[in-house]
Amino acid sequence: MGISIDEVKKIAHLARLELPEEVAQTYTEELSKILDYFASLKEVDTDNVQPTFHPLTWDTPMREDEVKPFEDIEAVLANASELWENMIVVPKVVKAP
Amino acid sequence: MNSLNLNRLTIKRALELLDEGKISSVELTQACLERIKKIDPEVTAYLYVNEEWALEQARLADEKRKAGKHGKLLGIPLAIKDNILIKGHPTTCASKILQNYIAPYDATVILKLKKEGAVFLGKTNLDEFAMGSSTENSAFFPTKNPWDLERVPGGSSGGSAVAVACRMGLGALGSDTGGSIRQPACFCGVVGMKPTYSLVSRFGLVAFASSLDQIGPFALNIEDAALLLEAISGHDPYDSTSAPREVPSFTQILQANANSPFRVGIPKEYFEHELHPEVGKNIEEMISLLKRLGHEVKEVSLPHTKYAISVYYIIAPAEAASNLARYDGVKYGLRVEGKSLIEMYKKSRAEGFGREVKRRIMLGTYALSAGYYDAFYLKASKVRTLIKQDFLKAFEEVDLILTPVSPTPPFKLGEKTSDPLQMYLSDIFTIPVNLAGLPGLSLPSGFTKEGLPLGVQIIGPHFRDDLVLSLGYQMERELNLEVIPPILKAL
Repeated sequence: MGISIDEVKKIAHLARLELPEEVAQTYTEELSKILDYFASLKEVDTDNVQPTFHPLTWDTPMREDEVKPFEDIEAVLANASELWENMIVVPKVVKAP
Repeated sequence: MNSLNLNRLTIKRALELLDEGKISSVELTQACLERIKKIDPEVTAYLYVNEEWALEQARLADEKRKAGKHGKLLGIPLAIKDNILIKGHPTTCASKILQNYIAPYDATVILKLKKEGAVFLGKTNLDEFAMGSSTENSAFFPTKNPWDLERVPGGSSGGSAVAVACRMGLGALGSDTGGSIRQPACFCGVVGMKPTYSLVSRFGLVAFASSLDQIGPFALNIEDAALLLEAISGHDPYDSTSAPREVPSFTQILQANANSPFRVGIPKEYFEHELHPEVGKNIEEMISLLKRLGHEVKEVSLPHTKYAISVYYIIAPAEAASNLARYDGVKYGLRVEGKSLIEMYKKSRAEGFGREVKRRIMLGTYALSAGYYDAFYLKASKVRTLIKQDFLKAFEEVDLILTPVSPTPPFKLGEKTSDPLQMYLSDIFTIPVNLAGLPGLSLPSGFTKEGLPLGVQIIGPHFRDDLVLSLGYQMERELNLEVIPPILKAL
């Protein structure tokens, strides 16, 4: 199967990973080898097989959507790298008009 | 109490001594802390030890006992894998991206252990985000095997396995996504159990691959493992995948089944795989032992075993790529500034994640991406169905299945780090169990000529964790092994 260096760069962008050129080359080789190993799956006949996405045998349980206060909001905020009052600061996401 | 006692001290025995007033939890915790000071610099199993906190919990446990209060683990010092949240203490997942993260709440298993009076000594090392089979992928340092410091302890829960093997804690919790409890337990000569998927709540376990992850215990013997499992199991409204059913008393069932004969299946495909000769010899000995105990041993077939590694290394990275998308430098974790939001994401993730984590995120993103989803993720999920059906069919004929845990004894540090695929292949016998959601146990079963520990895996049908433990208990009694790493004998 294999994977090209351009595909690796595209995947890194989708995965939001900065990827220096020399590392991209290593990943291309490693991922190609792993993807080649996966090729054996092609020989399995799965035409009439349903996929298994999790091992549970029952349906997703439903419950009332009740609001419960979280006790320690300060402890959550304390993990953020930049705060302004009780808000988390991030780089600007909209362009000024 | 002297540390020689610690070498043979089970949780069960410690509870008796505590109840009889012969030791206090403070003394017991102190002994474990001293052991950590002596041994941990050699094996580096712990990422975080907090003496003051541990002794405070121990004092509290002693007060409760004096006041006549009970708890299944009252005053017992434990080690916790560092991907399980304990409120007010670090949870790093052995990753730079969470290096400064302090858990704002308790995992459900931690709340349950607190309710039973357990004492937490600290947090143990792992492969970053539990991705690995040797604990060499920790961003901080590798953990070493106490039986041979040049060898790996297995992974990803290597720190927890070593903590118990060295008695730097009377028991421990780990997590198992493809063998991460069973393989290190096997490599370190302790009992490790991956319970049935959904038996133990994962709320507060940092997610790796949500359709596979399960928390489970490490212990010196089966009785202790059963006790720990009993304490952490049960339905949790905070985890929608947790099973809405009663938890049986595993410790009582062990005694009730102490002489029950089982039908035990040996999957022939597991022997078509290249087995290290000493692993092969040991499994033959275990089959003889089963017969001697009066169990019916028969060959079963799990024909899709050879596809398990491919299926797993598509599904687990795909789920990981989704789960780890949350580490973006915004709400918590490492933030590396960038000119734009996307640049901040990219820089934070590139610097915060280690090589194997990035490799798997890339692999998973690829397997889920437009044009490849059908060929990889969907195809793997269909073959997963066939792997699960193999087991269900086998369990029509047998009660339990016996296999090796790992195709080789513990390997050397650095031996497989340069070839990710070689590392992946070492999980061949444990991965199918996670794909099918079954309970699996690793039991110490002997030693190589060089004196390295070997282990055997017992697999059961869904929610027959009791049978898995029961057979383990019978085999353990019959084997009656002394499993103490040489490094401890000098103490």
